[in-house]
Amino acid sequence: MSGHFLLLKKSNNFSIFQDQAEQFFRSGHTNNWAVLVCTSRFWFNYRHVANTLSVYRSVKRLGIPDSHIVLMLADDMACNPRNPKPATVFSHKNMELNVYGDDVEVDYRSYEVTVENFLRVLTGRIPPSTPRSKRLLSDDRSNILIYMTGHGGNGFLKFQDSEEITNVELADAFEQMWQKRRYNELLFIIDTCQGASMYERFYSPNIMALASSQVGEDSLSHQPDLGIGVHLMDRYTFYVLEFLEEIHPASQTNMNDLFQVCPKSLCVSTPGHRTDLFQRDPQNVLITDFFGSVRKVEITTETVSLDNDLAGFESNLPKDELATEPLKYAEQLPVAQIIHQKPKQKDWHPPGGFILGLWALIIMVFFKTYGIKHMKHIF
Amino acid sequence: MAAAAAALLLLLAAAGPGRAVPGRARRDALREELLLSPLPNGDVAAAFQFRTRWDADLPRGAVSHYRLFPKALGRLVAALGVQELHLALTQGFWRTRTWGQPPLQAPAGAELWVWFQPTVTDVDKAWKELSNILSGIFCASLNFIDSTNTVTPTASFKPLGLANGTDHHLLRYAVLPREVVCTENLTPWKKLLPCGSKAGLAVLLKAERLFHSSYHSQAVHIRPICRDASCLAVSWELRQTLTVVFDTFSSGQGKKDWSLFKMFSRTLTDACPLASQSKVYVDISPKNKEKELLEVTPAPASVYEAIVQGEKRTYAVYDLLSPSLFNTSRSLNVQLKWKRPQDTELPTPVLHAQRYVSGYGLQTGEISTLIYNTHPYRAFPVILLETVPWYLRLYVHTLTIITKGKENKPSYIHYQPAQDRRRPHLLEMLIQLPANSVTKITIQFERALLKWTEYTPDPNHGFYVSSSVLSALVPSVIAMKAVDVEQSPLFTSLFPSSDGSSYFVRLYTEPLLVNLPTPDFSMPYNVICLTCTVVAVCYGSFYNLLTRTFHVEEPSRGGLAKRLANIIRKFRGVPPL
Repeated sequence: MSGHFLLLKKSNNFSIFQDQAEQFFRSGHTNNWAVLVCTSRFWFNYRHVANTLSVYRSVKRLGIPDSHIVLMLADDMACNPRNPKPATVFSHKNMELNVYGDDVEVDYRSYEVTVENFLRVLTGRIPPSTPRSKRLLSDDRSNILIYMTGHGGNGFLKFQDSEEITNVELADAFEQMWQKRRYNELLFIIDTCQGASMYERFYSPNIMALASSQVGEDSLSHQPDLGIGVHLMDRYTFYVLEFLEEIHPASQTNMNDLFQVCPKSLCVSTPGHRTDLFQRDPQNVLITDFFGSVRKVEITTETVSLDNDLAGFESNLPKDELATEPLKYAEQLPVAQIIHQKPKQKDWHPPGGFILGLWALIIMVFFKTYGIKHMKHIF
Repeated sequence: MAAAAAALLLLLAAAGPGRAVPGRARRDALREELLLSPLPNGDVAAAFQFRTRWDADLPRGAVSHYRLFPKALGRLVAALGVQELHLALTQGFWRTRTWGQPPLQAPAGAELWVWFQPTVTDVDKAWKELSNILSGIFCASLNFIDSTNTVTPTASFKPLGLANGTDHHLLRYAVLPREVVCTENLTPWKKLLPCGSKAGLAVLLKAERLFHSSYHSQAVHIRPICRDASCLAVSWELRQTLTVVFDTFSSGQGKKDWSLFKMFSRTLTDACPLASQSKVYVDISPKNKEKELLEVTPAPASVYEAIVQGEKRTYAVYDLLSPSLFNTSRSLNVQLKWKRPQDTELPTPVLHAQRYVSGYGLQTGEISTLIYNTHPYRAFPVILLETVPWYLRLYVHTLTIITKGKENKPSYIHYQPAQDRRRPHLLEMLIQLPANSVTKITIQFERALLKWTEYTPDPNHGFYVSSSVLSALVPSVIAMKAVDVEQSPLFTSLFPSSDGSSYFVRLYTEPLLVNLPTPDFSMPYNVICLTCTVVAVCYGSFYNLLTRTFHVEEPSRGGLAKRLANIIRKFRGVPPL
């Protein structure tokens, strides 16, 4: 009887663990990454930097750490000499919200934002000396948010006014990512003119895409600020930012709400989206699956005791070697030593090439003139 | 177990800034310091210095526990065999003529110079790795440092720390004059401080105020120093310095009074708990030996006098660790008022320089450097280091150095010509500057046409030539004693002093902005359009005329609807369709 009771208790425990395991794997991802790209240079494209920084701000607020965000800004607006308020980038007029903040880490700046670097970040084919903060170290369980903004056209996006990335290249890059299993699910948001053309060519699974305007339409900017002198944000991202400000790490808002974020009355262009490649129903996809970084925490009831015997730690370090005679500082301007510094003599090489040919010609002419038997007078 | 617990309790009980735990000496120490100096023209310069000193042997890699010394930099020094590292990120230019001699100047942009240990076999490879790692740590594009902007100076940039010998093949120097400095560089710099920006002097470092200034320079210096007076063991020193010059006229509505709150929009509330020393120095030296024209509130607890850069200076000292400082108010807001108006004549510094580019057109030009020695009777030598990018082809036969109308031959000259797309020009000269003179150095250059892929996305902005470096031992009027690094303030021990009769100063000139002949990048598109139009119109019509054949075409009977309509029209008597 007691054995039977024990069996029941054991199966109870088992179902609890099974529930926990299911919850752990429901959304399928275990970590979140974000790649935020602003591709425009020059002061009058202030709004593109503000767009990217607003998404960066929301993503950081919802929990993704800087080490998991690759932020690429093609020009510096905050410390631009034309910025009347240095170290700030505002998104609302009357300077209400400084999206630049005090704790920002830009990974790719200025001339480093090129199509090649962007594709290398996505596909992971990066030179070995690249530091960690510049890499997208995602795995097959990562949900990646990719946000791009700038000037675009039908089928291309302009990088820094000097090169373009086409929708075919982007689709191929995503396919490379899929084949290397560099993402679990991918959300692609683009805020440019004719943005929907950029997601037309995607063919890899598990990609959801949003764009600010359809092919043939322009994305418009929101409002200028007379103090700064330029337009501060684009309409689509402005309303997305307003929407995201209401999300907190535990909210259950799903993607369908994000699709309705900017109706034509507010945005003037028609935002579009594409979900046919995505396996789950957008109704079941939480906003925080991509914008937040919900950590799964396992609570254990075991106790672990730490060894607090640090007293012996530092005494185990090897003693520093002491020099036999005192070390000294170098003289900063040893004039006498510098003047008598001779340049290194280059090793003498036998002459080659033209000089050799010239000498050979001279010697030949000499011996032809005077005859070879006179050589004995020389040697 | 009980003994270990007792030791732990003892440790916790004795924890406090600067107190040594009995039985275990702390191996690292932090000192923080802020120097506020009103400049001759009314602006105010604030120089922060955070110095972490660690009595450990980093290069041997024997350390695994990092406490105050940041792990990112410690591992860098150990892994790459770095003897000394100096990285500075600067926005703006220090105007020596109006502001006086700088305590520590850096050129505009990013400057990195590193001495490697003699054990490093491939210095270039270590240099490349180092610049990549630092670009990740400081969010700066230091990965653009490569052989086209790296030089190996042969006489300047001697090591500032302990050095066994000075083989210049272990030194690398690079400047990126186009580098922008903004909050994203300040954030990781602040994160290297032991207290972060939460306590101590670092609470004043708010980006919105720091970048709204005339000059902002933040630097990291790592070097080995003597552990004690006998100098038999080596300690490693990390100095993080931040110098900022505020324009008090524009921020103070025309008045030259300033306060900490006006400059930084914050006040000091406490010292960093991990610091063994935390002080604020305010320069209240009387000018022209008259009674003071500066008034500092609150009244300082002590006054410190020292001979700095050849002049006798007086400083008001506020010690943030002394308990009496925060007795009356919870925060320290140092204020300074000018008691009487400033003299219009500004004192000129002994050594200052200026550089400009002249010429017309996009083919040739001339770089001129003017070096002023305003000392009335002493002459001294100065080393000038110029690094010019390869696309400005210097003609060394046009190099002239003229002092007081006569030619001045340098005692030492080292010139390394550039190789296209591989290395820049390096010109190093040791020039003797006579007393009270102006030396003009001119060199002509020719501008090269780059390949079309080598232009930056904004080529019409121009291309930068980095600042030239002047290193000199300036004779001082007053004899200076050797400073004891541990007892004296940090701003006096930046450069190791050799003798008391002169002090070492390193000045930088202005960077130059030069326009290269830039093609019109829309021309390929224009040419294709024009050519295709010409081909289509001329050749196309010709081809059509020659190859088109004509056939007679029967008029079609039309469809059913048309035939029916025609029948109806015939009945009506109207002409058919």
